[in-house]
Amino acid sequence: MSVGVLALQGDFREHAAVLRNLGAEVELIRRPEELSRINGLVIPGGESSVMDKLARAFGLAEPLAGAVRSGLPVYGTCAGLIMLADRVIDGITGQQTIGGLDIAVRRNAFGSQTLSFETDLDVPVLGASPVHAVFIRAPVVETVGPRARALARLSDGRCVAVEQDNLLGTSFHPEITGEFRFHEYFLQKVAAANFGH
Amino acid sequence: MTETTSAFGSSRVKRGLADMMKGGVIMDVVNAEQARIAEDAGAVAVMALERVPADIRSQGGVARMSDPDLIDSIIAEVSIPVMAKARIGHFVEAQILQALNVDYIDESEVLSPADYVNHIDKWNFTVPFVCGATNLGEALRRITEGAAMIRSKGEAGTGDVSEAMKHIRTIKGEVARLSALSKDELYVAAKELQAPYELVAEVAATGKLPVVLFVAGGVATPADAALMMQMGADGVFVGSGIFKSGNPQARANAIVKAVTFYDDPSVIASVSRGLGEAMVGINVSDLAAPHRLSERGW
Repeated sequence: MSVGVLALQGDFREHAAVLRNLGAEVELIRRPEELSRINGLVIPGGESSVMDKLARAFGLAEPLAGAVRSGLPVYGTCAGLIMLADRVIDGITGQQTIGGLDIAVRRNAFGSQTLSFETDLDVPVLGASPVHAVFIRAPVVETVGPRARALARLSDGRCVAVEQDNLLGTSFHPEITGEFRFHEYFLQKVAAANFGH
Repeated sequence: MTETTSAFGSSRVKRGLADMMKGGVIMDVVNAEQARIAEDAGAVAVMALERVPADIRSQGGVARMSDPDLIDSIIAEVSIPVMAKARIGHFVEAQILQALNVDYIDESEVLSPADYVNHIDKWNFTVPFVCGATNLGEALRRITEGAAMIRSKGEAGTGDVSEAMKHIRTIKGEVARLSALSKDELYVAAKELQAPYELVAEVAATGKLPVVLFVAGGVATPADAALMMQMGADGVFVGSGIFKSGNPQARANAIVKAVTFYDDPSVIASVSRGLGEAMVGINVSDLAAPHRLSERGW
């Protein structure tokens, strides 16, 4: 099972390390032709506007959107969640996404870096013990459309983790806290989907 | 925030923002229009300042924190993180920048130092700090004071990448040397580096700095940026190199692409075409010692 990590910009090495720890074979993805080798993809944290720009400039955005439509399992954290959202609020002018998740995401929803924070979150789908989540100039899911399902909410009710079929997205960064359960959950999706075979 | 268990300004949150900037380019901008060009070109953050280092160098005088109105106008213009510089040791400038809601403070040798002995106690702040370093000991001292990100200094405002090369080679080389030492040799290594033993032992065990390491000072071309990435930088700051060049927009675009494809010469070659004039530049060897900014900070 080979899992790609989109390596245009951001903390892709942290994701690669978690996935390798869990026994996955990892490929760093920067070019369209590299997509054919993978059974799942992680889109890391970083700047969504930069990833969008580079994905389009190097011809990756369209084949990636096509792969998502045909069932490629994808997990996006923070900027990756934005890339997977069908609708973005407060994007830069002309910002586009790969899409797939029936959600509207507000970019940088908490404000400047001084309002970035860490907190414990209940994520029932991952079991009883809470997830320690780090939010860094993070987005929130403002609207969860009928095809998507909220997996976690802050105590004020705002949605910060979603799934929809083979897609998974979190506003926060399990890859930098030693929290492996989201990646395990994602790898189960990858195994079940058996994409590309 | 209503979260009862929330922690703002923790090390993880501060260092985490630097993690998210990895593989990216941070660009110096002096007004909202330049900030817009930088964001459109794919900068991961902008550094808001009144004069780029090349102008600070040529105009001379005391260089201070930027006007709050300028910083506000840049924050209003872009959605990517905005950094701003405080003078070394000037903790009130840092307090002001935090109050202005900048996303990162650069305690920078490019400005005139306010304290020739002490740097800012960066643990007192919620906003994260990046600091310059020319070697591992200096980097570890800044981390001890609370820096959440390190940039090698290079020689700002010159367009000459040789100092940046020297500093990244020095830092990487010293990290590699530490990793090769036996445990009982680390006590003396800590003494020689003038850094806390615990931090030295951590670097020796992990083989890397505990925070993100960008390169700054003299990067002027896509090839310079890719050179720094191949040397093991996590990303680059480009100061005067973009907006002192013939075609800032094209050059900014090209440097962003060169950082992502730093190991692919065919991409670097293709983005290097048609960029117009690079900044004129100054050879660092022609600078008299008192004009070398990298020697500020200790």
